[in-house]
Amino acid sequence: MNKKLAVLLSFGLLLLLGGCNLPIIIDSKGTIGEQEVRLVRDALLLMLIVVVPVIIMTVVFAWKYRASNKRAHYAPNFHHSNLIEAAVWFIPIMIILVLATITWRTTHELDPYKPLEVSNANPPIIIEVVALDWKWLFIYPEQNIATINLVEFPVNTPVNFKITAEGPMNAFQIPQLGGQIYAMAGMQTKLHLISESTGDYFGRAVNFSGAGFSGMQFTARVATQEQFDQWVASVKDSPDILNNDEYKKLVEPSENNPVKTYGNVVPHIFENIIAKFMMPDMDNLDEDHSNMEMMK
Amino acid sequence: MNILGKLDWSAIPVNELPAMLAGGVMVGGFVALVLFITFLKKWTWLWTEWLTTVDHKKIGVMYIIVAIVMLLRGFGDALLMRTQQAISVGANPGFLPPHHYDQIFTAHGVIMIFFMAMPFVVGLMNIIVPLQIGARDVAFPFLNSLSFWLFVVGVVLVMLCLIVGEFGQTGWLAYPPLSEKQYSPGVGVDYYIWALQISGIGTLISGINFFVTILKMRCPGMTLFKMPVFVWTALCANILIIIAFPVLTVTLGMLSLDRYLDFHFFTNDFGGNPMMYVNMIWIWGHPEVYILVLPAFGIFSEIFSTYSHKRLFGYTTMVWATFAITVLAFIVWLHHFFTMGAGANVNAFFGIATMIISIPTGVKMFNWLFTMYRGKIVFSAPMHWSIGFLITFAIGGMTGVLLAVPGADFLLHNSLFLIAHFHNVIIGGVFFGYTAGMVYWFPKAFGFKLNEKIGIAAFWCWIVGFYIAFMPLYVLGFMGATRRLSHYDYSTGWHPYFVVALVGAIIIFIGINLQLLQVVWSIFTRKKNLDLTGDPWNGRTLEWDTASPPPFYNFAHVPHVNSLEPHWDHKQYLLKHPEKKNEHRPYEDIHMPRYTGVGFVIALFAFTFSFGMIWDIWWLAIASCVVMFGGVVYRSFDYDIDYYVTKEEVEKIETEISNRNLA
Repeated sequence: MNKKLAVLLSFGLLLLLGGCNLPIIIDSKGTIGEQEVRLVRDALLLMLIVVVPVIIMTVVFAWKYRASNKRAHYAPNFHHSNLIEAAVWFIPIMIILVLATITWRTTHELDPYKPLEVSNANPPIIIEVVALDWKWLFIYPEQNIATINLVEFPVNTPVNFKITAEGPMNAFQIPQLGGQIYAMAGMQTKLHLISESTGDYFGRAVNFSGAGFSGMQFTARVATQEQFDQWVASVKDSPDILNNDEYKKLVEPSENNPVKTYGNVVPHIFENIIAKFMMPDMDNLDEDHSNMEMMK
Repeated sequence: MNILGKLDWSAIPVNELPAMLAGGVMVGGFVALVLFITFLKKWTWLWTEWLTTVDHKKIGVMYIIVAIVMLLRGFGDALLMRTQQAISVGANPGFLPPHHYDQIFTAHGVIMIFFMAMPFVVGLMNIIVPLQIGARDVAFPFLNSLSFWLFVVGVVLVMLCLIVGEFGQTGWLAYPPLSEKQYSPGVGVDYYIWALQISGIGTLISGINFFVTILKMRCPGMTLFKMPVFVWTALCANILIIIAFPVLTVTLGMLSLDRYLDFHFFTNDFGGNPMMYVNMIWIWGHPEVYILVLPAFGIFSEIFSTYSHKRLFGYTTMVWATFAITVLAFIVWLHHFFTMGAGANVNAFFGIATMIISIPTGVKMFNWLFTMYRGKIVFSAPMHWSIGFLITFAIGGMTGVLLAVPGADFLLHNSLFLIAHFHNVIIGGVFFGYTAGMVYWFPKAFGFKLNEKIGIAAFWCWIVGFYIAFMPLYVLGFMGATRRLSHYDYSTGWHPYFVVALVGAIIIFIGINLQLLQVVWSIFTRKKNLDLTGDPWNGRTLEWDTASPPPFYNFAHVPHVNSLEPHWDHKQYLLKHPEKKNEHRPYEDIHMPRYTGVGFVIALFAFTFSFGMIWDIWWLAIASCVVMFGGVVYRSFDYDIDYYVTKEEVEKIETEISNRNLA
């Protein structure tokens, strides 16, 4: 927890500006988010080593060497110094060297495609995400349910998001749990997140996708395993089925959609949503194409 | 088949108040201008002196006038967005429905980059580069005129779409598949494509023109390493233009094929790949940022040196740092979309390549600091902008390097943090630089100085307004606020920050008005601020060696230089040898290009061509192509393109200038 405290303190200025609301990006609830926030802080502190002196020197030099200051030394032909030139190359190079090392390491550690290895965590859950105009569809292939604009998953459980889109490109993010990834039609991206505490978190579309973009939000609800199981059971009671016909209705643009649940889902619909862009004759999502060579 | 294609009365958005108001102001202004010119009986003068000119100084002035007009339009868009976001919270939808709001943020980005920043910098290069290298004009004066008028076609298209049709609702880079016909069926994206395509070709021609001018037209003795830093940065910017703009042309061309002929380069289906567009547009887009900022760095170099009354510190380092940035500009484009899902190796490579750019940039900042060190600094208006730049750009550079770390970018990508970052560098670097350059070189172009007091007041409004407008956006980024939102909820806690940002934008607006006032006031009081010496700031480079404004042939004698600061050294020499002051060499005949209206006419038909393409008026598009081709053929066979100014005439003009300055 100390590390987290340090992160919070180093954003003290932002907190002051933010009144009592902790900016949600800094207020991370999962290890990926925490690591990313720590990275933001470390990178900023490292760069301040150069930026603060530059700002101070700007003000001091400008004031000290003002034309009206008769006591300042004037050296009109001073235009070269090996020592200064060496220093002004060396210092930024050193800082970028350190930052580049951090970047190489963290980019691999925080690769959104990398499955999470968290000790004491539950086995991972798979959630498939489709960015539609202008709502989020979440499909639970293991539970065989689906939801609109609400994603619920258990605490301390790595979540393997598989993400695609139907129309325009989008981006998927739950800021308090960490980074984002694009959602693109005919393609699948992956995002691995985990939450270490229960609660409702704000989630939204991050890449502009047209008129209904502003209302394209969802709630990420992190529950205990028990609550999650209960919730799955209650969703299964829903009479609605996510099949080809229902999906074709969802594809129609609509704004500010309320939460909706589907108690049943035709198998492999997510794979079919992606595949149909490559194969026009695969347009019927109810057919199972998963045994086809290209889908493996 | 309709003779007007898709065009009918419904294209005029009579129900859309903001568009109609803006369009009304525009049309009213245009009509007033036409009446005013007619009243003054100045049409012939306008045609023979300006519309047909190939004089680089006049073309430069026209570029900058258009840039300032477009600054007002682009800033109007900014004010509308800030107001919308300050009120559209909770139950209040604001006054701009998404259809308007999305056009406005798209237009704001397009206008500020393509039709404000680009013409501003091309205008400054036009006025100053030939003077700094001791040339009589650019290498291809006719192409220079053609470039300008093609650029104006782009401007006319983005203005026209206010009253006829609509603009794109896709964001300033028009990512497909959103910009494909399926999701953007209207003419908005077509206006976008043709405005950028035609003006982009103009920019490419300019790039070639200035590249050749700088390499081939330098006066005797000016070796590459005796060129002023502004010329170096202009050279590098034009190298970037030559390499990057064809990519833009091709990318937009492919999108046009998708939209017009049902190709599938960037569609979701039939094997199209929208991500290829994203890659390609940024292969142009990232160098574009340096096309804008490198000349600004050059301007600051001139200003720090002049007003510190000192030689620029580390000239050679400056040049190599500029070159390093030029090369690196092409290997960082992927940092605009780390979140696309490229592997960790790819992301890390582009992240680190981006950070490396901060090294030469950091070196430049230190060099400017050490130029001030042990100087005698005069706090003129340009120096205010330059010092404001150093501080602001340091902060903007820092947040930029932060976004270059992929792990950090995953949190902040496409948030208002990103918006704050690039306004931080583009306002603090690019705009401050161009403004400083305009004030600095204004007396050279017009023969009188701008009012210092109003200029400094404008600077303070800009810098205070900037911090009040954009620091809240950094915070909002951390609060999860995404760019391009037209509405949000109270529970987000964003509202107060958006209100503060609006206040900042209003302060900037006051600053812009003060800049306009500065120009108008200075015109009316010009008798008191005349620059009779040609060297009002005790300058160091060649442009201060001729009269203000210079005669159309720039220099009565082609300068011969043998140092980095020829004008400064010449002044030092005259101090030691005052008897040489009144020495006159005999004049010689001067070879000059003839004015021509062909560029204007070709651009006029480039406009009708674009309009035909946008509205599916095929006969018009085809006929315009024929006329444009005819214009090129005509020009190719026109051998009467130059003439000699006789030495008697030169003597007469030079005597007039010295009499004027003595009076």
